[in-house]
Amino acid sequence: MGQIIANAVILGCTYALMAIGLNMVYGLLKILHVAHAGIYTLGAYVGLLIFRTLTKSLWPGLVCAMVAAGFAGVAIFHILYKPVLRRPRYIALIASAGIFAASQELFRLIAGPYPYAFPAQFVFPAIRTKFFYLTSTQMLILSFTVVSFIVLYFLISRTKIGLAWQACMQDMDIAGTSGINVNRVITLNFFLGSALAGAAGILVALYRNSVFPTMGALVSYKAFVVVVLGGLGSMPGAVVAAMLLALVESLLSAAPWFEFPRDALAFLTMTIILLFRPKGLFKR
Amino acid sequence: MLGYILTIANFACIYALAILGLNILTGYAKQVSLGHAAIFALGAYSQALLVTKAGIPFFASLILASLISSIIGMLFGLPSLRVSHDHLVLTTIGLNFIVVAIVEYFDFFGGALGIVGLGTPQIFGHLLATREYLILVVGLLILALIFCWFFSRTWAKLLMEAIGEDELAAAVLGINVARIKLLAFAVSSALTGLAGALWAQYIGSVFPKNFGLELSITMLSMLVFGGMGTIRGALFGALFLYCLPEALRFIQNYRMLLNGVLLAAMVIWQPSGILGKGGLLDWQNIVRKRKAQ
Repeated sequence: MGQIIANAVILGCTYALMAIGLNMVYGLLKILHVAHAGIYTLGAYVGLLIFRTLTKSLWPGLVCAMVAAGFAGVAIFHILYKPVLRRPRYIALIASAGIFAASQELFRLIAGPYPYAFPAQFVFPAIRTKFFYLTSTQMLILSFTVVSFIVLYFLISRTKIGLAWQACMQDMDIAGTSGINVNRVITLNFFLGSALAGAAGILVALYRNSVFPTMGALVSYKAFVVVVLGGLGSMPGAVVAAMLLALVESLLSAAPWFEFPRDALAFLTMTIILLFRPKGLFKR
Repeated sequence: MLGYILTIANFACIYALAILGLNILTGYAKQVSLGHAAIFALGAYSQALLVTKAGIPFFASLILASLISSIIGMLFGLPSLRVSHDHLVLTTIGLNFIVVAIVEYFDFFGGALGIVGLGTPQIFGHLLATREYLILVVGLLILALIFCWFFSRTWAKLLMEAIGEDELAAAVLGINVARIKLLAFAVSSALTGLAGALWAQYIGSVFPKNFGLELSITMLSMLVFGGMGTIRGALFGALFLYCLPEALRFIQNYRMLLNGVLLAAMVIWQPSGILGKGGLLDWQNIVRKRKAQ
C-alpha cells in the first residue's frame, strides 16, 4: 500500500510538471496549448540524442532537453499564436492541434516508430523505508519537481519579473500600458513552461526506459484533465489535482476487480466533474 | 485499376458525408469538436452490431445506425451546455479515448479484436458490388448535400451561427441556447454516424484502433482546409485532402504531417479556408469584387 502511494506521488509529479506549463500558457493567453505534448516528446528525444552521441551522462542531456524545449515553446508562440491572438481563441487551438499532430509524425519520420531504450546511469540517493522504496530515478523526479516548483514560486511571488507576470495575468492590455514589456513576459512564460515540459519528457523517458513518437499524447491529455480539474489558470489547484488524479488512478488500477482502462477513466471523471463544476474543483 | 479508383471514390465520398456533419457543429455553431472520430465510431459500431448480432437488413440498419449515433451524439453534447469553448474541446478529445476504451473493454463490442464479417451489403437480396455501392454512397451524399442546403436556409442554422458568434448575446435575444446546441450535436452526429455506418459496411469489419484522435484531427483539418461554415468547403476539403495522398504516392508517408501543418497554416493565413467565405477561391467573392471594380 505504501509503495502504491509512493509510486502515485511520482506519477503525480510528472503530471504536475506538464500541467504547470499548460496552466501558465492558459493563464496568460487563454489558449489551450495542445502542442505542449510535442514539446514533451521533443525533450525526451533531445535528451536521448545528447546522451547517445555526446556523453554517457544524464545531466548534459537534461539541460539540453530543457533548453531545446524552451526554445521550441518560444518558437511556437511567435510563429503560431502571436498572429492569431486577437482572433477567436479556437483558431489558436486548432493550429496547436495541427502542430501537435505534425510533430508526432516528424518524430516518427526522423527517429522511426520504434521505442528507444534510455539506459542512463547516474548517481542519486535512493530512499528505502519499511513502507516504500523510492529508486534513484523516482527520487530524481520527486526532487526535480519540488525544487522547480519552489523556484517557480519564488520567481513569481518575490521578483520583479514575477510581478510583471502577475500583472499580465490579470489584464494584459493595462499591463502593457503601464510600461511592462508584455511580449517579453509571454516569451519568458513560454520558455519556462516548455522547459519544464521538456524536463518532464526526459524524466519520464528515464523512468519508463523508453522514448517513442506518441509518448506525449496520453500524458498531455492527462495534464489537461489535471489543469481542468484544478481550475484553468490556477497553479496550486493543478498540483493538488495532479496528485489526486495519480492517486485515484493508481489505487483503482491496483484493485484486482477493476479492469476498466484507467486512461479513459481520467476523461470520464473530467467530463462528469465538468458537468457539475464547469470551472474545476477548486475554483469558485 | 478501376477497382482501386472506385474504392478511393467510395472512401472519399464517405468522408465527405462525415465532414458535412462536422460542418454543422463546428462550422455553423462554432463548437469545435476534436471528437468526431468517436461519433464516426458510433455509427460504425452500431452498423456492425445491428448487422452481425441483430441480423437487421443492410438498408434498415443504416438508418437505425444513423439514429442511434444522433441520440448518443446528443448525449455527447450535454457537456457543451455547461462548459465554454475551451473545456468543450477537452471533453471532445476525451470522447475519443472514452469510446475506444469502452468498445475495447466490453466483450459485447468485440473487444480489441473488433467485429468482423459484416458481409457484402445487399438490397432486396441483390448483392452490391463496389460499383453499385459507390452509386449508393454518392446517392446518399447527394441527399445529404440537399438536406444541408435546405438546412442552411432554415432558422435553425441562423440561430446556430448566432450562438457561435456570441453565446451570451444570443441568449439575451431569447434564443434557447441549450436546445439549439443539442440540435446541432444531433444533426451533426446523424450525418457523421451515417458515414461511419457506410464505412463499416464497406470495410466489412470494425476495430477500436480505427477511431483514434488522429482521425478526429484529420476530419477537422479537412473542414478547416475547405472552409468552415460552408457546404462547398466541407465537400471540397474532404474530397481533396482524401484524394491528395492517393494521387501523390510519395506524400503517403507524410500524410499526417501534411494534415497537421496544413491545419496550422490554414487557420493562421487563410482562416476561412480555400472555398470558405472570403477564402482564396471563393468565387462569389471574386465575382463581387470584379463587379465592384
